[in-house]
Amino acid sequence: MTLFLVLLPLLGVVTILLGSDPRRTARITSALMLLSGLSLAGLWALGVRDGLSIAPVVLSTPEIRLGLGFYDGMSVVMVLLSVLVAFAAARSGECEDRHARLWNISILLIAAGAVGAFLSTDLFFFYAFHELALIPTFLMIGILGRGDRKQIAWKATIYLAFGSIVLLAGLLWLVSASGSSTLAFDDLLDSSIPVEAQRGIALFLIVGFGTLVSLFPFHSWAAPAYASAPAPVTMLHAGVLKKFGLYGLLRLYPAVPAGMHAWLDILVILLIGNILWVGFVTINQRRLDGMLGNSSVMHMGYLFLAFAALVEAGSELANPIAKPAAVLLMFGHGITIAMLFGLTDRIERRTGTLELRELGGLASKAPSLAFLFGLAAMASIGLPGLANFAGEVMVFLSGFRGWDPGEPLGGVQIATIIALWGLVISAVYMLRAYRRIFHGTEVPFTATAADLNQSERGPAILLAFTLVAVGLFPNLLLKLIENPEDRAAMEQRTIAASISAASPASPGTESPTTDNQ
Amino acid sequence: MPAYWLEAFVVALGLLLLMMEAFGNPASKELIRRVALGGLIFVLVPFYFAVAPSEDNAELARFYAYDNWAIFFKLLALLSTILVLFMSYDYRGVLNQFTEDPGSEHGTGEYYALPVFACAGMMWMASAQDLVSIFVALELVTITFYILVAYMRRQVGSLEAGVKYLILGALSTGFLVYGIAWIYGMTQTTNLEQIALQLSSTLDNPLASNPSGLLFGLALLVLALAFKVGAVPMHVWIPDVYQGAPTPTTALLSVGSKAAGFIVALRILEPFFASEITRGQTTMIILILACATILLGNMAAIPQVNFKRLLAYSSIAHAGFVLLAIAAWHPGSEKSLSTPQVVSLYLATYLIITLGAFFVLVVIRGSGETEEISAFDGLAQRNPLLALCTTILLAALAGLPLTAGFFGKFFAFQVAITSAATTKMLWWGVGIGFIGVAAGFYYYLKVVRAIYWAPPRDESPLVLPRVSRLAILGLTALTLLFGFWPNPILWMIGG
Repeated sequence: MTLFLVLLPLLGVVTILLGSDPRRTARITSALMLLSGLSLAGLWALGVRDGLSIAPVVLSTPEIRLGLGFYDGMSVVMVLLSVLVAFAAARSGECEDRHARLWNISILLIAAGAVGAFLSTDLFFFYAFHELALIPTFLMIGILGRGDRKQIAWKATIYLAFGSIVLLAGLLWLVSASGSSTLAFDDLLDSSIPVEAQRGIALFLIVGFGTLVSLFPFHSWAAPAYASAPAPVTMLHAGVLKKFGLYGLLRLYPAVPAGMHAWLDILVILLIGNILWVGFVTINQRRLDGMLGNSSVMHMGYLFLAFAALVEAGSELANPIAKPAAVLLMFGHGITIAMLFGLTDRIERRTGTLELRELGGLASKAPSLAFLFGLAAMASIGLPGLANFAGEVMVFLSGFRGWDPGEPLGGVQIATIIALWGLVISAVYMLRAYRRIFHGTEVPFTATAADLNQSERGPAILLAFTLVAVGLFPNLLLKLIENPEDRAAMEQRTIAASISAASPASPGTESPTTDNQ
Repeated sequence: MPAYWLEAFVVALGLLLLMMEAFGNPASKELIRRVALGGLIFVLVPFYFAVAPSEDNAELARFYAYDNWAIFFKLLALLSTILVLFMSYDYRGVLNQFTEDPGSEHGTGEYYALPVFACAGMMWMASAQDLVSIFVALELVTITFYILVAYMRRQVGSLEAGVKYLILGALSTGFLVYGIAWIYGMTQTTNLEQIALQLSSTLDNPLASNPSGLLFGLALLVLALAFKVGAVPMHVWIPDVYQGAPTPTTALLSVGSKAAGFIVALRILEPFFASEITRGQTTMIILILACATILLGNMAAIPQVNFKRLLAYSSIAHAGFVLLAIAAWHPGSEKSLSTPQVVSLYLATYLIITLGAFFVLVVIRGSGETEEISAFDGLAQRNPLLALCTTILLAALAGLPLTAGFFGKFFAFQVAITSAATTKMLWWGVGIGFIGVAAGFYYYLKVVRAIYWAPPRDESPLVLPRVSRLAILGLTALTLLFGFWPNPILWMIGG
């Protein structure tokens, strides 16, 4: 059944290639994806497991399967995020008629790649679907981007190709070190890898996935790319695709916990770089799109903070809120940034500029645009009642989980305190930008601006509704993430891991898993 | 029906074609093209009924193996020749320009007959398991190529390529014969099975106490094979010959001839890898070749501006990845494929993708006067379908996942990493291999950039000829199909 979710956009691509109206096809396809995504997630929440996943063999030695299904609650949430953003993206931005095919095919391919990657239960397709989504991203920036588009697209291509190759090296090493004869997550995550190899694999994974998530200092491709790319591509990439890196780290973490722990200090320093360095860069931005691009890089620091908290604790049992916190924040941030970029495109179409000092007084001309943008901006800062707040609070709590007030502060705790200051930075640049654009007196650029029309409002309202719903009832998602069955399975896995780590066969295996039992 | 009848049939077909050229209509070679194609396609039928030569025929069975590898590489040779003959169909305009009576088909008949002989040679190479029969089959292929490379005799580039190929080919033949002589001197046999037997025991074995003569012979053989597959240090002919030769010949050189070189390499190297005496040194030699080939192929490809030269360096680079899989010789297990399986899979996917790329080149060359990368400028506006197919093929050459090209590299690295657990020096190969892949992204995507981002120099739409259109669509479809379902290839190589 989940196969359907990947096939839908691919079918859409084929029908467009065969000559159907690209815009309508993309809109209908994304609506169907949203419907089926919601209903599949609903089935999963009701406890239906049979028939949801498939895994036909595509290669017999070593066994590779086209494994598609919800691996756990994290997959469900990420798929929901993908279909929501894809729905909005297919209705955002405008292109000339002669580019309509390329434009809509790209949107559908990126959506297919993202959904496929989050649904994969097999390492090979997990990697492959993500690559599938990257190629149309590059092409769209290079052909239809703004500014110095070729240079920007080329830079993003080089960075992401570098990240993908490092990642591939890490994944191959992981497979060979695990001694597993299949590439299924189930087998890989159950294996016990020697600590020596874990360290190397973890480094490759951090650098590879880190480049994809724009971890400092591998982040400089992201902001220019987001500023340049057409609106739907930015929405899909910043909102969904970039989360693949963190999703991958969280997913593969159980295979290399000790290895990740070895790099914890460096990880903490890098994520502080994300929050502070990129935060100050963001404050200095003069254009709205550049500011949003940098802010999205900055917020990745919070996600890495949750991951660092998980790594420090050593297992999902020792810090049970770190992973849900990261997933919730990924969801909230994805919706928020997609909404912001979608509305930014609307602003540019109305005023013809995104220079902050050239704008002003837009609120009186376009009240609903101002309201929706304000809502998303507030969510981005972390206003209570909106999805990001729930995620951020949980991230900060997870940072102090297991810390005893008597002990000195560890790296993760210090990072958490610094990250709290990051909220102030976000507030400064977001509120300043909001004031510049929407308040004050009208300027020539905004004098003739019209409010959002019905069809423009639709996708933004859907995303806004999601932000409020999840903000008020975070349990909607948390219940999915903390599934009791998962929990039982996870405990089993941890016990098995601790037994193998404690066995005399591997002396010196100081797995943090056992420390926290 | 014993399998060697297949080669006999193909040679007979070639002779028939030469007769038709000599006595048929001099102005049109349509019939020769059709008979050549029809004949080769027909050979696929008796292929199904072929069996290994019986043991009674011991004198022949000693020379001729008919196992999974043989079947697979014979099929590869046949398919690549068939596709190349299709390719020459749309290339005939260019070919006719540079033969006698420019613009007419006079004197172009052999161009369709000679690949059939090369095919017979490559099919025999797939089965040869005696150094002597290897030598004979290899020479049949090489001599055929001397003519094919220089076929456009009114074009300086083609002639120059022919001379270069001839000189280096003769040199490598010399190495081959000299190496065979040394091996024969050390082991008193030219049969690979016998050599394997001699190398298998270390007790009371004079070879074990002093293997240097054997290794010297092996090094000479490896050099000769490096010429065939286009590996460093015998790669110098590749860029010039690829650029100068008629494009279908280049395609056959780059796919068929290379594959035949690799099957021979597998057969010759297998006993040396299996033996305790020589494994270490053999691994070392091949690994050094692999690293040098990957580095040189990929680095030298970066500055290229001519697409055909780019494909030449890319073909060197691919040979490097295959050599890496060979250096990491692995007998196979339930967790990973054996080295011959990896090589077969790599070459099968490489055949599909590379021939697709050459078909594209033929179309581009046919529509303009140049084979530069700039000829691809704005292709997306001139023919979106061709642009899409070319993008997919180039992505596959670069090794992007969900295309067939990914699996070849994936398994080459996998087998290298698996063997690296015991042979540490293979990590060097893995590291250099990844650098090579990264460089590959750069230079293949450079062409994609030209296709989509550069403005076209010539706005007129580009019309795809019928044969090329079918071939490009078919090969692209296969590239995508094997990109997520490679199992059929594995069935063919008996996995």
